[in-house]
Amino acid sequence: MIEHKKEVDEIINKYIGQKGNLIPLLQEVQQKEKYLSKETMRYIAEKTKISIADIYGVATFYTMFRLKPQGEHIIRVCKGTACHVSGANSILDAIKQELNLKGDEDTTSDMLFTIMEVACLGCCSLAPVIMVDDNTFGKLTPDSVRKIIKQIK
Amino acid sequence: MSFKIKVGMASCGLAAGAGKVYTEIEEYLKKNKIDASVHKTGCIGMCFAEPIIEIVPESGESITYGRVTPEKVEELITAFQNGTPEKENVILAENQKASENENLNKQTRIVLRNTGKINPESIEDYLKENGYKAAEKALRKMSPQEIIAEMKESGLRGRGGAGFPTGLKWEFANKAKSDKKYIVCNADEGDPGAFMDRSVLEGDPHSVIEGMIIGAFAIGADEGYIYCRAEYPLAIKHLEKAITDAEEKGFLGNKIFGTDFNFKLHIKKGAGAFVCGEETALMASIEGKRGMPRIRPPFPAQSGLWGKPTNINNVETFANVPWIIFHGAKEYAKYGTEKSKGTKVFALAGKIKKSGLIEVPMGMTLREVIYDVGGGMKTDKPFKGVQLGGPSGGCIPASLLDTKVDYDSINKTGAIMGSGGMVVMDTGTCMVDVAKFFLNFTQNESCGKCTFCRVGTKRMLEILTRITEGKGEMEDLDRLEKLATNIIKGSLCGLGQTAPNPVLTTLKYFRDEYIAHIKDKKCPAGVCTALIKFEIIEEKCVGCTVCARKCPVQAIDGKVKQPHVINQDKCIKCGICYDSCKFDAIIKE
Repeated sequence: MIEHKKEVDEIINKYIGQKGNLIPLLQEVQQKEKYLSKETMRYIAEKTKISIADIYGVATFYTMFRLKPQGEHIIRVCKGTACHVSGANSILDAIKQELNLKGDEDTTSDMLFTIMEVACLGCCSLAPVIMVDDNTFGKLTPDSVRKIIKQIK
Repeated sequence: MSFKIKVGMASCGLAAGAGKVYTEIEEYLKKNKIDASVHKTGCIGMCFAEPIIEIVPESGESITYGRVTPEKVEELITAFQNGTPEKENVILAENQKASENENLNKQTRIVLRNTGKINPESIEDYLKENGYKAAEKALRKMSPQEIIAEMKESGLRGRGGAGFPTGLKWEFANKAKSDKKYIVCNADEGDPGAFMDRSVLEGDPHSVIEGMIIGAFAIGADEGYIYCRAEYPLAIKHLEKAITDAEEKGFLGNKIFGTDFNFKLHIKKGAGAFVCGEETALMASIEGKRGMPRIRPPFPAQSGLWGKPTNINNVETFANVPWIIFHGAKEYAKYGTEKSKGTKVFALAGKIKKSGLIEVPMGMTLREVIYDVGGGMKTDKPFKGVQLGGPSGGCIPASLLDTKVDYDSINKTGAIMGSGGMVVMDTGTCMVDVAKFFLNFTQNESCGKCTFCRVGTKRMLEILTRITEGKGEMEDLDRLEKLATNIIKGSLCGLGQTAPNPVLTTLKYFRDEYIAHIKDKKCPAGVCTALIKFEIIEEKCVGCTVCARKCPVQAIDGKVKQPHVINQDKCIKCGICYDSCKFDAIIKE
């Protein structure tokens, strides 16, 4: 189901007919809907006359687009070079343990958190770094990251 | 006495708590009715000392403080008002001892001329620093040919990494015949470990816009795009504000500076794909398609965005342009070496004391950059290598520390200058693991178009993974080299052609470490978890229980005041016990 149909329509109307419109259109729809469901993508294809294959192709090419529902809070774990050599893996492990996520799971069952590994947040001097929604936390240790997650919970 | 307080509010400052410091200053000034104002500024470059504030009196000496907390605000302001400024944590000051004065003196700030000085959200601040004067000079007094000649004379080479002469690139685009041309700024800074472009966009967005106006006029474009990665929300916010302000002042739009030149500028947000830093992929992405590179020729200068002649430069390149036009090519060419003119911005990160953003003249040695400007190693472990150029670059060992930082000297080592990420590594870093890390990255980011890049990097990653797990064989080293050569030959774009560099350079300079993993089944740096083991030395353990309580998987048993034991089957080798033991009773081998 498309949750914010009215807003989605507005976004489509804003971009329709503009050249190079697909990526910003999908970005804005995702911002409203939190993710791009098959139904949403079909709906956009129908309205814009862009083929569903093109839309799916773009949505799967860029890491920003999510095809599954995501948690209320997004935790971005930086896996850049500086973070990697400063122990980003142990930070990721600590978060996964704290959230009780096993293997490839990235979203908690209560839909509160989704974790994402990102290439570089550009705050290398504060490595290791994570971003929770729009807030960046740096110079982390497994202990301090657990505290941060507990506080948000 | 009236004074100003500037707070460094770029992403790294904010992450370190600059927002709270700013609010505290604002409230304190208001509550105590102090005749002073508080301003935001960009990255001062000394990220290791964030949050940073600068107190600027109307006359007299301004002082910059590092590691400021909200609790310190009152103390700092009161002392300053009383004419006895705090001496502790002073990082920059004109007439007194300060920890970073010398650090700044060794730098030459052309690209970073305004970052950390002006309020990036104020066009007035930029105008006070001779902002848009270069664009005015170029549009009113120079012909496109004269601008191109000036750029050629300056010797400026593309700062995105490949180092193609900017003047020449502009000339190609200028000579292309078309009713429509585009100019594009590549701000898709995807290299992990690099944040130069972010800092420039966050701290001085107008310098990039002004560079683009001059470039557009020189090649004859009337429309431009800044392609910025979506992971940089603050940079996008500052750019949006800067474009609106520049439009209001008439620096963008129609009949700029009263000439017949029109120029419209848009921002395109990236959606997370490293390959979009490649220019043909970037253009496909602006057009709303999957960001896949295509064969060149035709080069973008002949057929680029929507089939029209297009010129693409990187953020740092554009930020250099107004300075060159304003001060002249000769002045710029005074800096640098014979073939690499000017300065280069580097993002220092990793195990270095003074991590942050620096700008130095080309030709400085790596040793000077790391030890003099960067303050040397952060930990007491010795220097092992420095990674330049991100996933396309390589690791340079200690024996080559006297290599000069210029395009040609760096290329000779097998690394590349790249966009300017410099990650310093100590002996606690495993080079096989680093090579695996980069291969994992390029393998993930390969767009999949070329077989060698798509499959070859995957096979290389599998080999590296088994070496780090102690399952490698000596023949694997030959296989890696063979695959690397074929990937370089068989890939269309820069991503694939350079993807094997991290493996090739580590094989060249740190081969012993590969052999240790394969033959001795040991990771000398103690990083690869499959090859290390933690153990408690019975005689040293006092039974304080700290390790047992901190162990996330309850793998440590023992009673209070009695030696503890690690259950090797349960241990996940996270190293928390090792780090938390105050008695050095845990060993890693």
